[in-house]
Amino acid sequence: MASSSVWKQYGLPRYRTLSDRTRWGIAIGLEILLAIVLFFLDHSLGYAVLTIAAIYWAYRLPPLPWRLLAQAILIAIFLMPEPSLSVTLAIAFAVFWIPKQYRSRAMPAIAITLAVLYPFYQPKMFTIPVFGAWPDVATGVVMLVFIMMAVGLNIVVGYAGLLDLGYVAFYAMGAYTAAWFSSLQFSTHNLHFGAVGITPDLPGIHISVWLLIPLAGAVAALAGILIGLPTLRLRGDYLAIVTLGFGEILPQIARNGDNFFGTGFNLTNGPNGITPLDSIGFGNTVSDATGGFLPASYLACCSKTVLGHQVQSTDVFFWTAIMLLLFTVFCSFRLQYSRLGRAWIAIREDETAAAAMGVPLMRTKTWAYATGAFFGGVAGAYYANFKSATFPGDFFFNISVFILCMVILGGMGNIWGVIVGAGFLAYLDREGLANTGAWVNANVHVGGWHPNIDVPLYASGIYGLIILLVMLFRPEGLIPSRRIAAEMHEDVQHDQYLYDVQHAGAEAG
Amino acid sequence: MAANASAPTLGARIPRLSISGIVGIIVVIAGALLLLKNFTVAPSRFVEVTLIGITVGCVYALVALGYTLVYGILELINFAHGDVFMLGGMFTITYATHFFGLHHGQGSLTVPIVIATLVLTMLTCGFINASIEFIAYKPLRHAPRLAPLITAIGVSFIIQDVGLAWKGPNYITAPDVFPHRDVFSFRGVDYGWNKLIVVVITIPVLVALTWLVQRTRQGKAMRATAQDKDAAAIMGINVNRTISFTFLIAGSLAGAAGLCYSLYVTTVRFDQGFQLGLIAFTAAVLGGIGNLPGAVLGAILIGLIQAWNEGLPWHMPGSDWTQSIVFSILILILVFRPEGLLGERTPEGG
Repeated sequence: MASSSVWKQYGLPRYRTLSDRTRWGIAIGLEILLAIVLFFLDHSLGYAVLTIAAIYWAYRLPPLPWRLLAQAILIAIFLMPEPSLSVTLAIAFAVFWIPKQYRSRAMPAIAITLAVLYPFYQPKMFTIPVFGAWPDVATGVVMLVFIMMAVGLNIVVGYAGLLDLGYVAFYAMGAYTAAWFSSLQFSTHNLHFGAVGITPDLPGIHISVWLLIPLAGAVAALAGILIGLPTLRLRGDYLAIVTLGFGEILPQIARNGDNFFGTGFNLTNGPNGITPLDSIGFGNTVSDATGGFLPASYLACCSKTVLGHQVQSTDVFFWTAIMLLLFTVFCSFRLQYSRLGRAWIAIREDETAAAAMGVPLMRTKTWAYATGAFFGGVAGAYYANFKSATFPGDFFFNISVFILCMVILGGMGNIWGVIVGAGFLAYLDREGLANTGAWVNANVHVGGWHPNIDVPLYASGIYGLIILLVMLFRPEGLIPSRRIAAEMHEDVQHDQYLYDVQHAGAEAG
Repeated sequence: MAANASAPTLGARIPRLSISGIVGIIVVIAGALLLLKNFTVAPSRFVEVTLIGITVGCVYALVALGYTLVYGILELINFAHGDVFMLGGMFTITYATHFFGLHHGQGSLTVPIVIATLVLTMLTCGFINASIEFIAYKPLRHAPRLAPLITAIGVSFIIQDVGLAWKGPNYITAPDVFPHRDVFSFRGVDYGWNKLIVVVITIPVLVALTWLVQRTRQGKAMRATAQDKDAAAIMGINVNRTISFTFLIAGSLAGAAGLCYSLYVTTVRFDQGFQLGLIAFTAAVLGGIGNLPGAVLGAILIGLIQAWNEGLPWHMPGSDWTQSIVFSILILILVFRPEGLLGERTPEGG
């Protein structure tokens, strides 16, 4: 790695070779120094650094009684000024007290519980230094949708190792499929099937959103197969370019689709997009039968107060998104080590060897493409429904790269990593960048220079920087899959041909 | 790639009519008929649009050569290349207006200023491109294939934002220095100096590049490295320096293209490079990636197709669909004839 040569160059002893005591001393000293420096920048940031350091060092203590005692003290400190932080710490500590053999089951359960309860405790949460308040529930919905897409793209990129730069095309397919069949778009027709919250004589096609979501996934998967069949023969970066091409063509069709070549046929309503869409919901019959537990229509929801929290329509959207995401993650986990999943891994690691072992290349790759596209389509349909609109501007190349960035940052091939990476980046995109930008502009003063940077404007560059840094310093991502990490660090010989033209030409002919 | 050339395939010379071949022929014939109809409808407009296409094609050629040079040597699609081209446009405007005070109607001073700006821009962009290689691609020389490709996308986004931070989100205008006076005007066909000058700048650059790759020691090293890095290293070629040099050349070509573009179109914006870069990449693929004459041929063809599509009067899809058409060509070429129009001739053979 590059870092070791830097150490050698300056004749410094490597940190790892120092004795334990010296290392601890250096580390604690640096932390306190950092905390003091940051304290003058922003008081809460200094406290945050100290707290994180304390949590870290508490784990270096012998478990009983010292670690428990240290954690109890930490929790007690924050009980008065910031009770929500105390509870957060208590839960985080408690998770790590669960014996190892139960932890892999307990952690998803705790994570799901916390996620489901999020709308109830979100307003009471503490303020994070620099990042500001916790994301509100609407942001949470967007985060979940993007996590869903990232988990879907992870199947293509992480499992099968096919670089897809046009994933946004499937997202668009899903969104437009949902929009066509639940709006006034085709107002010359009149077809109603299970749609809720509208009068029966409303023109246009109105199909229940519950049917449209899987339909959108199926349409996207079909598009994936159609795109994949001719192109998946190509290897590596050629495939990336072809997918990029599709990712550029589809939004243009969406943008110009209000009047195809002057024929007057309005498919996509052009740059104005399709809006509004029908609300998702269970209808009055189901709603009454469950005593109003399942809302009749999400947009006209809700009047109840549960646990002192007035349930709103965004909350219902949030819970539904959690359900969809759980389904996606479940499928993704089940696929990972299935016969198909192992075939994907084999193709990722060595296509020729996989083919020699009898893995049908085309079929396996097409399945990867179709599965990834399915989840992209589902996510697109749900997001369009949440926004009650779909615009061609939502499907630019940037979004493809944004989702790819999520997968890479979190760790290709590792679902937990992808979830964390996607959640974090989606949060940054919706709220985080604006909040951090505001913080920087308010707090950073360098010698009388007050920055006034519109940070969200530079979002794509920041994602580019994240991609660059991750690829240079930790190509396997923050939470890597062990297998991908091994692949990334083996010294691959670079004299393989990317594309065997003669061979492929024979195949094509 | 060159190793394949040594395996003779006798049947390859005989055209076999596969489905893809038939589809290709039909598409080309349909396109030709459409052009013929347009020519009969408005012949002077057709010639004028064709000349515009060649001009734009020259700019594309300069950018496409950068893609093809880098691809030939590293087998890397350098997504950041289009953005270096965009920076070239911005540097041109900065140098020309802020350093040299170039403005419209300067008469005889225009030519030396443009030449000085061209040299400065080419140097700057070459240096930037070589730095990008040093920072972003060199550490990944031994990583899996897709790693540098993903990095290249990241670099591309970073450079776009550099342009955004530097010149802001709006179009910036270059001085309109080339005279719009006609070089010739024949039966309603006007050809202005501002178009001719793009060609006049492009052709010497192309000749110089050909000379560099074909006749110099450094060019020989480039060709050898493209053929086989390890063997080249055994023969005493400094592979890393050769790759850096290739990026330098590619960057300076992008700089020259940036100058031509910004002085011809007279507006530059931070996100123009990426789109134009993709079009130029399509041109490189169309001609046969890794093949220098192919890149020029492909670029001229793409320039013509774009100009015809946007400028001809009779039943053309129009500028709304330019990107779709170009990317459809890209996809079709990659799927049906990935070796491009001029076959698999890498720099060492071309």
